[in-house]
Amino acid sequence: MPEVQVLTRHLGAEGVKTLVGYQRVGGYQALRKAMAMGPEAITAEVKASGLRGRGGAAFPTATKWSFLPEGVFPRYLCVNADESEPGCFKDRVLMEELPHQLVEGTLIAAFALRVSHAFIYIRGEYRLQREILDRAVAEAYQHGLAGKGILGSDWDCELIVHGGAGAYICGEETALLDSLEGLRGQPRLKPPFPAIKGLYGQPTVVNNVETLSNLPYIVSEGGAAYAGLGTESSPGTRLFCVSGHVERPGTFEVTMGTTSFGDLLELAGGVWQGRRLKAMQPGGGSMQILGPQHLDLPLDFKAVADAGSSLGAGALVIMDETTCLVDVSMRLVDFYHHESCGKCVPCREGTYFESDLMHRLEAGLASSAELATLASICANMDGRCFCPLGDTATWFVMSAYKMFPDEFESHCGAGRCPIRAGLEAAA
Amino acid sequence: MAEGGPAPTALNQLLNQVTLAKIRRSKELYPSARSAVLPSLWAVQDQLGYLPAEGLGAVAEELGIEPSEVEAVSTFYSMYFQHQPGRHFVQVCLNVSCGLRGADRLLRHLEQSLRVAQGGTTEDGAFTLEGTVECLGACGGAPMMQVDRLSYENLDAEGADRVLAGIREQADGSSGAERHA
Repeated sequence: MPEVQVLTRHLGAEGVKTLVGYQRVGGYQALRKAMAMGPEAITAEVKASGLRGRGGAAFPTATKWSFLPEGVFPRYLCVNADESEPGCFKDRVLMEELPHQLVEGTLIAAFALRVSHAFIYIRGEYRLQREILDRAVAEAYQHGLAGKGILGSDWDCELIVHGGAGAYICGEETALLDSLEGLRGQPRLKPPFPAIKGLYGQPTVVNNVETLSNLPYIVSEGGAAYAGLGTESSPGTRLFCVSGHVERPGTFEVTMGTTSFGDLLELAGGVWQGRRLKAMQPGGGSMQILGPQHLDLPLDFKAVADAGSSLGAGALVIMDETTCLVDVSMRLVDFYHHESCGKCVPCREGTYFESDLMHRLEAGLASSAELATLASICANMDGRCFCPLGDTATWFVMSAYKMFPDEFESHCGAGRCPIRAGLEAAA
Repeated sequence: MAEGGPAPTALNQLLNQVTLAKIRRSKELYPSARSAVLPSLWAVQDQLGYLPAEGLGAVAEELGIEPSEVEAVSTFYSMYFQHQPGRHFVQVCLNVSCGLRGADRLLRHLEQSLRVAQGGTTEDGAFTLEGTVECLGACGGAPMMQVDRLSYENLDAEGADRVLAGIREQADGSSGAERHA
């Protein structure tokens, strides 16, 4: 299964992190072309490309853009660079290695949407990536690619890099907007959606880093060329992050639909130490577990949804035969407990009880009856939380329990983790 | 720096000119001054190492909002420190991908080698150690740690010790006031 190159076609080119180096490989030609095409023609190409959001929700990008009301200004574009889904590190690669590709994609979208300001909201933990992006933006200003009268036209657009400060929830688009407005990053009630009332109450589009990094290719090669990669239901390419028990963890760009989970695992060198695959988590920490029986599934939105999970934000975590799924579930539940913003009760309290129970279960201290309590807590959270954070805090643990009920049962009253005990006895 | 700035008060005497300049630049940058809260808190923390009440007050004064509003923001985000940490902040990611590749062992090792429990600061004030649960986006280089928000990846015990020893050495070589640069 060969890797393909759309997003990564300039990866590693000499000096490509600098403006000069990026221009040497054709950088910013797409922006010039886009400005000559005009906003409607750009949007038409994005529509033809079939591009769907790469932040996790997979919403069609051109459709999201089309929700902006006619004639209401100012409008804003926010680039979601708050990548913090467990198992995801692809936006980081795009910002670290190809910052100008993101800047160019952002400017193309900003021009198509006629925004006055584009903000790149980057998580506080990405200090190095922030510094790289700051340099790229400064270069763009120096060369007339941002600010007043871009490329000698009458188009003005400010480009502002905004740093977060440690809050997973700010990856949720309305929480991101509140955070950008200088508030606690808590999600807003929808509707109204950001397209109608977003940043400072104005029409706003929030797009993921990878989504926008595709735009230079789509504009220069055409939407049809992009759609021609992949399949009809899952067009284009995607960066997948493979981590966990593999020989060579990393990010891999592959075509959607025609590549399977097994192909991805192979690209990452297979399960490490010659061990067998026990389970995998696609999509990031929020998504449901899959097993070895799903290796042949294509990376297709519908096929993965039919198997009860999701491609989410483009991650794949591989777990070998020694993995304790109760331990993995506990870590994820801890994460959601730590990151719950506290706005709604089912999430704030639910993740607390979930975490407490999972710690006792992993330690072998929970009773068998408490597994029913766990299921009840999760049932009272899923679908009842203010935003997806609380819902997804239940998905992995419940799907793991369903796939490995005996493993969960075996922890009850065992006094310690039976999986770890077994491994130590065998060693 | 003089043009347009408010007269010096007890509050903004706490902040040096570099920090005040950063805050005022942020205030100009955004369509709404309130958006400068997060960058301003970063600027204050860069200077003081944490966010004391006086620092929050100074930000509020600069941005023309209530101190309570600034405080509400400062306590929401985990990277803003309410108390002075050690000179260097060490975080080991314990999330799934790191956990699968030995992050717990790495954290236990650092607790022993630094002789400090999770959340604590070494006796000489050099390092605060935190076992964070937020994924730090380095799953491809697991296990990993961040020191002062920079990632060090594919770590074993010796590798982590080397990184920290290097940082300690660097700090010893400087004036000891590196944070206030």
